[in-house]
Amino acid sequence: MSNDAPHTNATWNDACLAAAIVAIAPHAIGGIVLRARSGPVRDVWLAHLKSLLSETMPLRRVPLNAGDDRLLGGLDLSATLAQGRPVAERGLLAEADGGLLVIPSAERLDGGRTARIVRTLDYGRVEMERDGLSAKLPARFGIIALDEGVEPDETVPTALRDRLAIWLSLDGLSLRDTAIEPDWPSRLAAARRLLPETTADANLATLFCEAGCALGINSIRAPILAIAIARINAALDGRTQATTADAEVAARLVLGPRATRLPTEAPPENPDGPEDEPQQAQAPETTDPGGEDTQPEQAITPEDMELVLAAAQAAIPNAVLATLAEQKITGRAPPSSGKVGASQASKLRGRPAGVRRGEPRNGNVLSLIETLRAAAPMQLIRKRLRGGPQLLADGRERIEVRADDFRIARFKQKTTSTTIFVVDASGSSALHRLAEAKGAVEIILSECYVRRDSVALIAFRGTTADTLLPPTRSLTRAQRSLAGLPGGGGTPLATAIDTAVQLAAAQKQKGISPTVVMLTDGKANIDRAGKPGRKTAMADALAVAETMRALGINALLIDTSPRRNAEAEQLAAGMGARYLPLPHADSTRLSQAVFASRRDQDGSGPRN
Amino acid sequence: MPAIFPFSAIVGQDEMKLALLIAAIDQSVGGVLVFGDRGTGKSTTVRALAALLPPMPVVAGCRFNCAPGTGCTHTPDAETAASAPVPVVDLPLGATEDRVVGALDLERALVHGQKAFEPGLLARAHRGFLYIDEVNLLEDHLVDLLLDVAASGENVVEREGLSIRHPARFVLVGTGNPEEGELRPQLLDRFGMSVEVRTPEDLKTRIEVVRRRDDFERNSDAFIARFAEDEDRLRSHIIAARDRVPGIPTSDHALERAAQLCADVGTDGLRGELTLVRAARALAALEGAPAIDDAHLRRVAPMALRHRLRRTPLSSPDSGARVERAVADLFGGSGERLVI
Repeated sequence: MSNDAPHTNATWNDACLAAAIVAIAPHAIGGIVLRARSGPVRDVWLAHLKSLLSETMPLRRVPLNAGDDRLLGGLDLSATLAQGRPVAERGLLAEADGGLLVIPSAERLDGGRTARIVRTLDYGRVEMERDGLSAKLPARFGIIALDEGVEPDETVPTALRDRLAIWLSLDGLSLRDTAIEPDWPSRLAAARRLLPETTADANLATLFCEAGCALGINSIRAPILAIAIARINAALDGRTQATTADAEVAARLVLGPRATRLPTEAPPENPDGPEDEPQQAQAPETTDPGGEDTQPEQAITPEDMELVLAAAQAAIPNAVLATLAEQKITGRAPPSSGKVGASQASKLRGRPAGVRRGEPRNGNVLSLIETLRAAAPMQLIRKRLRGGPQLLADGRERIEVRADDFRIARFKQKTTSTTIFVVDASGSSALHRLAEAKGAVEIILSECYVRRDSVALIAFRGTTADTLLPPTRSLTRAQRSLAGLPGGGGTPLATAIDTAVQLAAAQKQKGISPTVVMLTDGKANIDRAGKPGRKTAMADALAVAETMRALGINALLIDTSPRRNAEAEQLAAGMGARYLPLPHADSTRLSQAVFASRRDQDGSGPRN
Repeated sequence: MPAIFPFSAIVGQDEMKLALLIAAIDQSVGGVLVFGDRGTGKSTTVRALAALLPPMPVVAGCRFNCAPGTGCTHTPDAETAASAPVPVVDLPLGATEDRVVGALDLERALVHGQKAFEPGLLARAHRGFLYIDEVNLLEDHLVDLLLDVAASGENVVEREGLSIRHPARFVLVGTGNPEEGELRPQLLDRFGMSVEVRTPEDLKTRIEVVRRRDDFERNSDAFIARFAEDEDRLRSHIIAARDRVPGIPTSDHALERAAQLCADVGTDGLRGELTLVRAARALAALEGAPAIDDAHLRRVAPMALRHRLRRTPLSSPDSGARVERAVADLFGGSGERLVI
């Protein structure tokens, strides 16, 4: 360990502390999001964590492609056949009971699996309703979500992340930073004994809630998890009372990484001290919050608050810090959630895994193994009903398969296309046109529900082009981001096309065919570098348009200027886009134009 | 069995709690859809409801929860009545079709070679609640199945040479996060009420939520005991309200108001009006009022109507606000109780 690197030192110490905390009470804190590339540092940390688990604490890895039978459990066919009675097989979630569940590449976890895991975490048990079996199995585990995402947007699904107390990053650490103190195991043993009787100061709830507000943390799970962390930290320190010192640790591990803004203004004051009656009337119930609490109520001091905020602020990851600082300047709200990858998968109702009962007709594919699995338990009953086995010519018993056993493979319903709207929100494009574009996006989105397509929205004005809406099928998200779309400023066409090309190329890589629909009057006046000037701006725009054409991206340019405009037409030609002058485009006509253009592309119109 | 957080200990989320109480008072109002932020206690509230509901009379030994005196044929002795907790059955994601609709009893088939029907989750939920967490992630083929049963109130099983039909009338309760995908319109239709929940932003409320959660996790027995009286009181309110529902008339005035409101916000079909009036009646019963008045309609209008609005471009994502505006226009005033 080098002393000249206090930051990496602190990061590694916190990582070791986090490992100890999760190993003491995995289920109480939900678990850890570990953002780090697979590599030696992460391996050292994982090995260290494993060494801290007691013998009775299992550690299970969930492969990303684990099906429901593996995850939730089901019928153990071989044991069932061998024993002649149904034998249940526990899934990974039940097997991890009391220990840890490790999810590698958790940033790629899809919505379906996330929902199953999260539900088990909430309930502390698996509810198996599968293969004719019904069971409730204990499954109180903690989760180690290994986040190998590269892009800031590429991260663990929010539903899961929100429930895991600690968000760690091992970025910037090298192997020589990873010294491990030898006394962890003995400290852990003592802490496990102490934890059941460890309580938290009553004012910690107030402290964490207020700090959460100051840091712009909306989730109410954050303060709840912070209290749990503070308690465990106290036990780890050999105390039975969690105090402000523990609050600092919790702020660092739980609140800091969740911050969405810097606490500039003075922290909100606790208006009237000890009485904490919720303001909302609660219908037929008596409120006696904390009235019977065993602990004396203490008001939190500004010093406590300062300590906690400082600790949290020190733990805000550098990358986040940079974004936060930038937001402070531009006053722009953070992107809605940054879980593009996750929601992408989660919207695909019907997971790829699995089969269903049905006949191999109408293009359905028979799943032979699953069909035999379904038939196997029924052999005895069928034999009896028939009065004896059916024999094959060579004397072997015939396996009797009936239509009821047929299982057909189910396929993932793919998002087949993404329509990327690129909307000119500059001063030259009138505001009402923006409103019509918003309307068109919504009309197309409702169609998309049926088509299982998605929509993205890029708006450009001033000197930048922003992806207001990453590809989504959610009306709610779309409406939310459209509602806040501002207008006015310069026309940075080149940057806009560039952003669209990047998004379209990313979609292509996922096997989704993108259509770019650009609404503009084509009057570029901001060049790629963000400098004003009509000439260079137009030249830049045409240059970027070329790359779009080279990539073969299907595109449509809707000219929104009052009359047919040569610049827009030229741009369309450069992009290889269809040119459509629609001076008085309303949302209905816009959406019709888009559908028409897609029909040309893939030969299928909207299925109404 | 993990301890259940008491219903009356849930801080705030009044609309969600009211919708569930209304469904518990009058099942004909229809199901409840709860959409909203994460960590707002959606699942906690639904599970809490299960512990709150007063028990119901059943035919002893009937696996289909038949009510006494309804001609149950599922057990030889259909005369003996018993009391059973109202089922709140979880339909977990990943459930297989055979467990949902019921199938051949595997144990008996394997061990004894007998054909016997093992009822599924739909049978278990009869006369109670069927709860689907993350309802918008439910597999399509299970949604189809639910739509069918929810419409007919009957589950028909034809498989493995079994031919079974049994009643399956339940209140559908679904929770989810709209950002993870929309709900199929047909399924949306099956829900009588829809509420939107948000993370409380008020600091005091947040602190109280956190505190109660911490108290509960530290000593759940003591916590449950602390709210036992409130739970009992609420339970007796539900029982009393159920008795009062049939005696509350559907006045012409209430019907007119409901019809007008539905026309104003632009809902499709008659179901909106019906739900609105029924929900208002259940609320009146809960409050011990002799008749449905405007204040009742006003309070339940958002939950009865917000998911029935025609979606138009540029409409605000918060359709609840649209309903509230229409309510304010029709009944006048802001939140004031209107006396006519």
